Amino acid sequence: MEMKILSCTVNGKPVQVGYDVRECLLDTLHDRLGLTSVKRGCEVGECGACTVLIDGVATDTCLYLTAWAEGKTIETVEGLQAPDGTLDPVQQAFVDEFAVQCGFCIPGIIMSAEELVRTGKTYTRDEIRKALSGHLCRCTGYQNIITAVERAVDLVNGFVGEDGDAA
Amino acid sequence: MAIGKSATRVDAVDKVTGRALFTADLVPHQHLVAKVVRSAIASGRVLSIDVSEAQKVEGVIAIFTCFDPDLPSYQIYTAGHPWVVDPAHRGDIEDRHILDARVRQYGDNIAVVVAEDTVAADRALRRIKVEYEEYPIIFDYEDAVQPPAGTPPIHEECPSNVQAEWDTQTSLEGTGYDSIEEIHGDPAYHHGSYTMRTPRQQQAHIETCLSYCYMEGDRLVCVTSTQIPHIIRQSIGLALEIPWGKVRVVKPCVGGGFGNKQDVLYEPLNAWVCKKLGGRCVLLELSREEVFAYTRSRQPKRFEAKATWDDDMNLVARSCEGYSNSGGYASHGQAIVANGQGSFRYMYSGQEKACYTKALTYYSNQSTAGAMRAYGVPESTWAAECMMSDIAYDMGWDGADFRLKNAIKLGYSDPFWPAPLVCVSNGLPECIQRGKELIGWEEKKKLYANETGPIRHGVGMALLCYKCSVAGLELETASARMLLAEDGSVMLELGATEIGQGCDTVMSQMCADAVGVPLEAVHILSTQDTDVSPYGAGAYASRQTYVTGIAIKKVAAELREKILAYAAELIPDGVNLDLRDGWIVGGPDRDNPQPLMELGELSCIAYYSRTNSQQISAEGTAQTDLNSFCLGASFVEVEVDIPLCKVQVKNVVQVHDSGQIINPATAAGQVHGGIAQSIGFGLYEELLEDPATGRTLNDNFLDYKIPTTLDIPDLTAEFVETWDPTGPFGNKSLGEPPAIPAAPAIRDAILDATGVKLYEAPMTPQRLYEGFQAAGLV
Repeated sequence: MEMKILSCTVNGKPVQVGYDVRECLLDTLHDRLGLTSVKRGCEVGECGACTVLIDGVATDTCLYLTAWAEGKTIETVEGLQAPDGTLDPVQQAFVDEFAVQCGFCIPGIIMSAEELVRTGKTYTRDEIRKALSGHLCRCTGYQNIITAVERAVDLVNGFVGEDGDAA
Repeated sequence: MAIGKSATRVDAVDKVTGRALFTADLVPHQHLVAKVVRSAIASGRVLSIDVSEAQKVEGVIAIFTCFDPDLPSYQIYTAGHPWVVDPAHRGDIEDRHILDARVRQYGDNIAVVVAEDTVAADRALRRIKVEYEEYPIIFDYEDAVQPPAGTPPIHEECPSNVQAEWDTQTSLEGTGYDSIEEIHGDPAYHHGSYTMRTPRQQQAHIETCLSYCYMEGDRLVCVTSTQIPHIIRQSIGLALEIPWGKVRVVKPCVGGGFGNKQDVLYEPLNAWVCKKLGGRCVLLELSREEVFAYTRSRQPKRFEAKATWDDDMNLVARSCEGYSNSGGYASHGQAIVANGQGSFRYMYSGQEKACYTKALTYYSNQSTAGAMRAYGVPESTWAAECMMSDIAYDMGWDGADFRLKNAIKLGYSDPFWPAPLVCVSNGLPECIQRGKELIGWEEKKKLYANETGPIRHGVGMALLCYKCSVAGLELETASARMLLAEDGSVMLELGATEIGQGCDTVMSQMCADAVGVPLEAVHILSTQDTDVSPYGAGAYASRQTYVTGIAIKKVAAELREKILAYAAELIPDGVNLDLRDGWIVGGPDRDNPQPLMELGELSCIAYYSRTNSQQISAEGTAQTDLNSFCLGASFVEVEVDIPLCKVQVKNVVQVHDSGQIINPATAAGQVHGGIAQSIGFGLYEELLEDPATGRTLNDNFLDYKIPTTLDIPDLTAEFVETWDPTGPFGNKSLGEPPAIPAAPAIRDAILDATGVKLYEAPMTPQRLYEGFQAAGLV
């Protein structure tokens, strides 16, 4: 078993961690770095539960070799909360809109939603559906998840309120 | 009051920050991994297993086979039901060894590899050589009852391969007929006969099935993703032939179960392997493919049914035979189709003179099926609603009027339930009315009446009827414990298990109101640990709010009594003392009590009093034989692309009578999720097995398609809140019923759009094509 050392940035901090060269990033993040939000649902890129942002791009970590993460910037939901404890707007919207049930798929969906929110654009519900279609959720029927993402996008981009006027 | 408010889920923040810990997040760093060696045939006997090459793989610790002399001697049942003390009344079949040389399904458990890591375990798996004696495969009902000559029964104890066959026939007294067949042949009426089929749907929770075991002293600890921690303890005790008290089961956060985890899956095997290795920590985590093929699924079923009706929208009689394929092992077996047939009878009991149902469950060499959300009722409702849909269509009747007229009525009493099972609250007429308004029933029916092109639209509906628990038939018991903390908050411990449905939140709400403290002052312990948690049978039968709620009410009353007794000592001149919203109140005017002391002050004094130190607490058990009916209606609008054989669900509206709603927002979430699962049942989901080999063909999320964001439209969930006298807070049940009616409502909408009658779910493009072709549409 050949081990190497990965140097990258995880949730804003430089990290060095030893890994097996055959390892996928899901295992490194979950098992070696203790980032429990990175969930193992299928291991073949079908369910989206292990999604994190790599250099800002939502990525299935079960399909991503740890070796490829060298020098990259990785973000997970553990890094979204502000230092004073305030939840990120996407996290807060998921709480407020009752988008969470068992919660297993939720960290991955939140990271895809983060990617959307950060574009600075607005999205229709159908566009949000398309953007999140790589995530499987068995509990919610997606209804409140779509609403939460819609709310977070509107909030961050200043389009709050029924008429869509800038706040 | 906390009840009736959309309180934020108690676990929401933990779940959006990654702090909520599931089984995989708790595995000790130092652990071994176990992988199951699975048979490569569906029926036969293992003659030998050669592990010599596998044992040479670096990192392999041990390989245990079905020939291991230490294997437990007797078979266990795996259905997640409470223990039945009287052996004569044990309904669940004890038909499984944790490893078995007799192979009854493809991938059966014949050995187990334990290694230092998954790579070593997988390498070892590939080097194991197995010799089999192979038997012909029993695939479906016809094979099961007439197997090829020389084929041994799947279980020696069951020579017929039929686990059970039960008939129920309502009384014909006063009907003027001697048999139901006579009614079905009476020329005075209209008659129809039908064959319906429902699929092997998989629960497809996003967290897989996994557990890990280790020993603490001479006790076995099992941490597992389960709906039934106390039953898992019992099963491990039985399987390992050790006292149940020597087993501790811990249930952390669970990433969905939907019935699959209401079964004893691999925990006894995991525990046995751990014990064999002297208590070293062993993780047994299934892959997604294993979850699909080698855990449980909804039993595939076939229904043969008849209906008789008159010219005035009255059903006269219905008969329905349900044939259920449980696969290689019984799991929940006959209980499921029997439960479904019950709902078949209740739902349209309003006018008919007679109803006959048969429930039959048989073994086959397909993969083992078990409990899935709503336990047989989506299947039987599919059958019942196909018939209602056809009759209304053929007679030119409004489907809503026809259904309402024949639906269950207030006062209905099931003649076959061992205890009274009576419809004592019924908001169904209002559910139907509200659903019609929300979907635009009348307008849409008119709008789409004369469509002729390739793209057509339709609206459809279906009803549901579901019991609130298993009370009256099986034991319904629940326990609760409440500890008053120094600050006057209440620590709530339950056997009821949170698996995502939101039970921790509604239990907290019920506790707050029952004790008389604000919701923020209730702290629920979410993890069940059988060393600490009071007994609870688990999350199934939509039972927890209904049954555990009774325990909460009872224990809260005792806690209040103790608190008020202590208050009487501290406030000797207090009159009419009461506990409201976290305050001891009292005074001569009962209608306008005055705050006298904060509960936190009282509790702190009680803890640290030099003369009367008390940690005020209460615990207890409640049981019930009372039961009731949840009701509801689903309305669906579809767009059908006839040349492409595609159905798009445009709108779903579901209105439920689940009694008083404890938390409207989380209740709506249950309905949304149930609708999505029913859309999957109706249009997409079916595990396929190869008749030649018994092997599951689509054991992954690409080939077995659950609905994605693109398949589910915006969903509307509403409630008609009746007050049910049997529920602890006027509530009935809600967990499973949402998964019942959307699929047959889609079927009804497709009939409305195209005039094509489909009888087999899921309504895949292939089946739509066959239906459209037969109707001359393509």
